[in-house]
Formats: sequence, structure tokens, C-alpha cells
Amino acid sequence: MADLLRRVAVNGDVDAFRALFRAYAPRVKSYMLRQGADSATAEELSQETLLTVWRKAGLYSGEKGSATTWIFTIARNLRIDRLRKEVAWQPLPEDGPEEASTDLAPDEELSERERGERVRSVMAELPPEQTEVVTLAFIEGLSHSEIAARLDLPLGTVKSRMRLAYQKIRDALEDLR
Amino acid sequence: MTIRHHPDFASLMCCAAGSQPDAFAAVIASHLSVCADCRAEVSRMQEIGVALFDALAPADVDAAAPVIAMRAGEAEMGSAVDESVTATAREAPAGDVPLPLVSVLGARLDDLPWRWSAPGIWTHPVPLSENAGGELLMIKVGPGKEMPAHGHDGQELTIILRGAYTDTIGRFGVGDVADLDSDTEHTPVACATEGCICLVARDGKLRFKGPVARLLQPLIGL
Ligand SMILES: [Zn+2]
Repeated sequence: MADLLRRVAVNGDVDAFRALFRAYAPRVKSYMLRQGADSATAEELSQETLLTVWRKAGLYSGEKGSATTWIFTIARNLRIDRLRKEVAWQPLPEDGPEEASTDLAPDEELSERERGERVRSVMAELPPEQTEVVTLAFIEGLSHSEIAARLDLPLGTVKSRMRLAYQKIRDALEDLR
Repeated sequence: MTIRHHPDFASLMCCAAGSQPDAFAAVIASHLSVCADCRAEVSRMQEIGVALFDALAPADVDAAAPVIAMRAGEAEMGSAVDESVTATAREAPAGDVPLPLVSVLGARLDDLPWRWSAPGIWTHPVPLSENAGGELLMIKVGPGKEMPAHGHDGQELTIILRGAYTDTIGRFGVGDVADLDSDTEHTPVACATEGCICLVARDGKLRFKGPVARLLQPLIGL
């Protein structure tokens, strides 16, 4: 995927972009639907996310995060902008953590894949109640108090489940920092 | 700036997820703009979202890749535009308002239209979007002044922007965040020389203790 992005960035390669679109637009649409968008809006936002990918491909640098991370961040920011219509301070930087760029190892991309794999394997092992709260937060866009209300749990329980889930991810990535 | 108090991981996760109520997000974004440690945590937290996103069942997409729109966008924007926009956004204005809030508040704390609320206390409510729950308030407390004792019905997130305050938890200086739950009660006292300016986000109404403080409640608009 990073390779497709590079072809888009360097050559304006339309075929590479079509492949990216096929790979990501359906999941971005699915994400927007889960966030509460109606079908037409979700479709529009998935188009717009991928258009942003096309326009900003030159700003993507593989060493700062996987292609999926980058595209998901764009989708996240777009969704806050359009679905929540809130003010300017919610977007996260789309170019990843600046710390990562200081010491670039040649095998950076490998460790990026390694990160992704470790995160996925920790996620697969999470107890269902922890998966539930992180899914409600990250995919359905609910705040902690909304999650507490939805699941009829004390706010403190929601927060501690969130923390427990993250702590496992954090431990798993410890030596990759 | 030495930061001693960081937001709870749960609050940072809510930010990473993009599901944080507007008022809280303002405080977290302000902290992130000065705290590299928490920025690193948030970027790790985003991996959770990415893994969940990766596992989503794809939805049917009706349209093909928007090649025409791509070309149009290209012609209209040129390729270097985004980079220059990013560079401008990164340039710190000369001021002490946290970077993410400058577009709403201007760059300097001293230029805010502070409203006198009580002896030694000035406030400025930060406008939120229509459907945002909770409230966001700039509070300026004079040197050595005590804030009225209060408890919270909901969560309260505070970031110190100038000076410092001390309460039972400890001393909070510039960049520090107090991440308090509903069961916390505290009486912050502002730094004796500089006083304290902080940005406070909350989702519940404050409950003041004691008759005098309760009398103050409507007055100071807290
Ligand atoms: Zn921090």
C-alpha cells in the first residue's frame, strides 16, 4: 500500500490511485456509516477522503506511519469536520509523530509492519468488554460518558477498560519505540 | 517548561478516537501542543483505531474512483499548496494562547475580553459549537487568591496557561493538566506572585461548598 501511495505521490499514477481507492474507499464508507452518517453522506465522505489522499500523497512519508494509519487519520479528521461540525482544535496531525522522523532506520518500514501486526494480535486477544469500549470510542465515535450511558456502566469502569486495553498495546510496542 | 501532570490515558484515548466532547478536546489539544510525551502516546493510541478500521467489513461503494474530480482539484490547487498551508499553521504566533485555540481566541491572553466575576477572579467563556455539550472557560485568578471550594457533577479538565496553582493534589504549573473526576473536591490557590490563568473544560455543573461560595455561584458564572 505504501508503494501505491508512493506511485501516486511521485508519478501522479492514476492506476495506483484506482487500486488505493478500491482498497480503502469501502472501509472508509463503512467507518462513516458506523459513525452515524447516512449512506449518501458516507459515500461522499469516502470519496472525499480518497481525494485528499490524492492531493496530499506528496506529504505522506512511509517512515512516519503505515499508509492505513495515514488514510485513517485523514478519514477521522474529515469526519469530525463534517459530521460533528465542531471547532478547529480536534484534528490530529496527518503527518504522524515528529519524533519518529529523527532517526530513520533503513528497516523503518519493516518495523512499521511489525507494529501493525503486534497491535492487531493484542487486539485479537483483548477481553470482549475491552474490545467493546474501544470499538464504541474509535469506530462509533462515542465519548466516555456516552459509552457509559449506552452500556449502563459507571464512567469509571469505562475509563478503566479503556486504560487496560491501551496498556496492553503499549507494553507490546515497548521495544519498538 | 517542565510538565509534571499529564491527562489520564483514558482522556488521551478519547482524543485519539476523535470522540471527545468539544470542550475537553480543547484542553487536550492545548496540552498536546506543548507535550511531546503525550503526542507520542496519542499516536500509539491511534493504532487501536487503525487496527479496528482495518478489520471493518467493507461497505459497497457505488461510484468509481473520482478521477475527474482528482484532475479538477489538481488544476485548481497546484501541488505545493498543501505544504505551504501546513508550514504556515506550524509557525507559532508571538503569544501565550495555546496554538490550537489561537484561531478562536487570538494569540495573547492579555488581550482577551476578561470579565470581572468576583474579587480577584476574571473569566472569559470560550464559545463552543451549537451541539457541543459542556462548557469551556478561561479563568484568571489574582496572586494568592483562592478559588471557591467546589466539587464536580461530571468531569473537569484544566490546563494551566500562566502562573500556577496549588491544591491538595499538588502544584500545577504551565502546561500541566488536572484531570478530575466527579468525586474530587478541591480548593485551588493561585501562585502568590504570578496568579494563575487556566482553561477549564467541564461537562457537569459545579457544586460549590458553603453558603458564601454558593452565593458566589451565580455571580462568577461558574
Ligand atoms: Zn503530557
